[in-house]
Amino acid sequence: MAVEASPPASRVDIVRALREGAIAGLIAFGLFLPLIGFKTVQNIRNEIVLETRWPLLAAFVAIIAGGRFLHSLLLAPWLERRALRPRPAAVQPAPWQTELRRWIVPFALGVVITYPMFALSLVGFQGAVKWIDNFGVQILIYVMLGWGLNIVVGLAGLLDLGYVAFYAVGAYSYALLAKNFGLSFWMLLPLAGTLAAFWGILLGFPVLRLRGDYLAIVTLAFGEIIRIVLINWVPVTNGYAGITGIPRPTFFGIPFNANEDGFAARFGLEFSPIYRTLFLYYVILALALLTAAITVRLRRLPIGRAWEALREDEIACRSLGINTTNTKLTAFAMGGMFAGFAGSFFAARQGFISPESFTFMESAVVVAMVVLGGMGSLIGVAIAAIVMIGGTEIMRELDFLKQIFGNDFEPTQYRMLLFGFAMVLIMIWRPRGLITTRDPSLVLKERKAISKSLVDEGHG
Amino acid sequence: MSAALDRDAVPAGARDSEPAELASAAPILRVEHLSMRFGGLVAINDFSFEARRGDVTALIGPNGAGKTTVFNCITGFYKPTEGRIALQFGDPGVWDELGALTERGTRRAVRGDGMLFLLERMPDYLVTQKARVARTFQNIRLFPGMTLLENLLVAQHNRLMRASGFTIFGALGLPIYTQAEHAAIEKARYWLDQIGLADRADDPAGELPYGAQRRLEIARAMCTDPVLLCLDEPAAGLNPHESAELGRYLRAIRGQHATSILLIEHDMSVVMEISDHVIVLDHGKKIADGTPEEIRNEPKVIAAYLGVEEDEVADAEREVP
Repeated sequence: MAVEASPPASRVDIVRALREGAIAGLIAFGLFLPLIGFKTVQNIRNEIVLETRWPLLAAFVAIIAGGRFLHSLLLAPWLERRALRPRPAAVQPAPWQTELRRWIVPFALGVVITYPMFALSLVGFQGAVKWIDNFGVQILIYVMLGWGLNIVVGLAGLLDLGYVAFYAVGAYSYALLAKNFGLSFWMLLPLAGTLAAFWGILLGFPVLRLRGDYLAIVTLAFGEIIRIVLINWVPVTNGYAGITGIPRPTFFGIPFNANEDGFAARFGLEFSPIYRTLFLYYVILALALLTAAITVRLRRLPIGRAWEALREDEIACRSLGINTTNTKLTAFAMGGMFAGFAGSFFAARQGFISPESFTFMESAVVVAMVVLGGMGSLIGVAIAAIVMIGGTEIMRELDFLKQIFGNDFEPTQYRMLLFGFAMVLIMIWRPRGLITTRDPSLVLKERKAISKSLVDEGHG
Repeated sequence: MSAALDRDAVPAGARDSEPAELASAAPILRVEHLSMRFGGLVAINDFSFEARRGDVTALIGPNGAGKTTVFNCITGFYKPTEGRIALQFGDPGVWDELGALTERGTRRAVRGDGMLFLLERMPDYLVTQKARVARTFQNIRLFPGMTLLENLLVAQHNRLMRASGFTIFGALGLPIYTQAEHAAIEKARYWLDQIGLADRADDPAGELPYGAQRRLEIARAMCTDPVLLCLDEPAAGLNPHESAELGRYLRAIRGQHATSILLIEHDMSVVMEISDHVIVLDHGKKIADGTPEEIRNEPKVIAAYLGVEEDEVADAEREVP
């Protein structure tokens, strides 16, 4: 233990830390003097007056200089010592980890299935709508999108930054066909999925020759094309105004309304919006679980192994007689289909859609979920979705912060800052995502987890 | 049904066996007037050779001679600027169709069980899938994050894909797929035994030592059931002991699986030990063609390797009868 104890900082260390702190403070002073030190305000005669904020500036500079001082004195030597320490060679997980691995999936399933009951019993009928809809349904939509994109990015290694396009195709397919032709939700769900998959194949053909960054840029552009078409094709999509009055899903033909033939009346219950919310929750849960089940199944089939092989080495794939064009197209189509399902569900749940819902930001959030969760890992992606989407929703609930920071304080505006911060932390501590092992698709004798440091992230 | 299964269940190449006397008579691969130019650079210039069935044919030459380019043309990774690359298996009588096939502009001619392919007309993956040419790479290209077993199963992708009814039967778990998968695993197990890596079947390929990765890459290529195996410097980076082992391994492949081998190699001990026929390439041209003994004593080859002046070559040629 004596070796581990940090040796007392020598004078040289303190002097060096002081110097580094002073330099950092100087840079901070130069940087923040115009940004924070001065402020222009309009006075009552509409004149611009220069105000100075010396105390604030001094506080910023002091924080940065002090932080740098402490970093050089304590944190940096500690990190250095830690890096020198030999790593434990055995990758073999502890017994509790294997145990945890075995129970995590059934446990999580139990939690998501019983979650609405908990919400109902804890906050009652009125309060539960918010908790089931904003947290349950919203998170599950993103979990489903994340799992769908996981096929394209995580398994096949094709970085798709325009995933929201498939989501939009699914949503508008449902909205337009349900409104104009009166087709039902259950009929349109597979149709929307098929149309989105078809869009995946259309997108796939021109971009298949591209790899890596180029592929990412073109998929991003395709995502934007869809959005701009939705904005400008006013006769069909109604432009910015969006589509309103989209038929809501029914309980196998029985609508969720307060009428005589509504769900509540038919089943002899008192009318409440909670029934629709509960129904939607279980529909999206079933859809998300279907996505997961299909992904797990496909990974064990030749097509899934071909996707992963494609991510590892495309040229080797071709040398083994694999038609990489078809393999990529199936990945695009599969991922697109699940986004189409999610999109049509989204349209049915909202009852209103507009191009605003399908911005690049959505694609970025879904890609971030896949990357943070650990590419290719279903559980990792689900955890990332819960943290990112649930976190955003939680921020809406933090009203007490207004009492601390004043009424102008809006916690959700710090969402992107926190996303960025989470990204940086993940990149430092877990650069391969939360779940850093790959599970082999089949085994001969003994199942061993594969470290992600061996697994390629794909070049597109 | 059962016949098809038996076919798959026999991992050895017994099913490819052809009458031995017939096998050595006809060439398996005929490369004619092959040229490959990259812009102004002539990588291969009017290069022709034949590889006989059942032989180990070695392609040697100094660095930059164009050996790997020839490989890339044969395996479809490059489209040659000029020339014809014909590969045949089954009934050798199908060679008679070569002229007609070239005229016709299609890829394949069939006569009985004989197949003739014009490889320069085929995309890379079809060269492996249909014409049954497998290759390895100079810098090993395994799937490092996948286990050895998965690597060998990816190589059997096309057969498994058909058996899984393009995923539909497989997703439903029909016996036609599960049986095919079982046969594929048996075949992988057979090859893992052959390369002595059976106990590491569930380890990721990226964790293997270098020599074992080379062997695994060859086994993976063999899992595609090739009639011609193209090895690009299989002994590169191996120590003498591993090289000798590789030589034995390649001889075993040729002996047991009726697979002809085309080999690029710098390690002369390996080349001289295992090849039946050696072709020497320098600056994109063929400078010698013959048995290992003939090549060993060929002054042009010695000159090309040692970098002797042109006139000295001429002198040497005069001296050697």
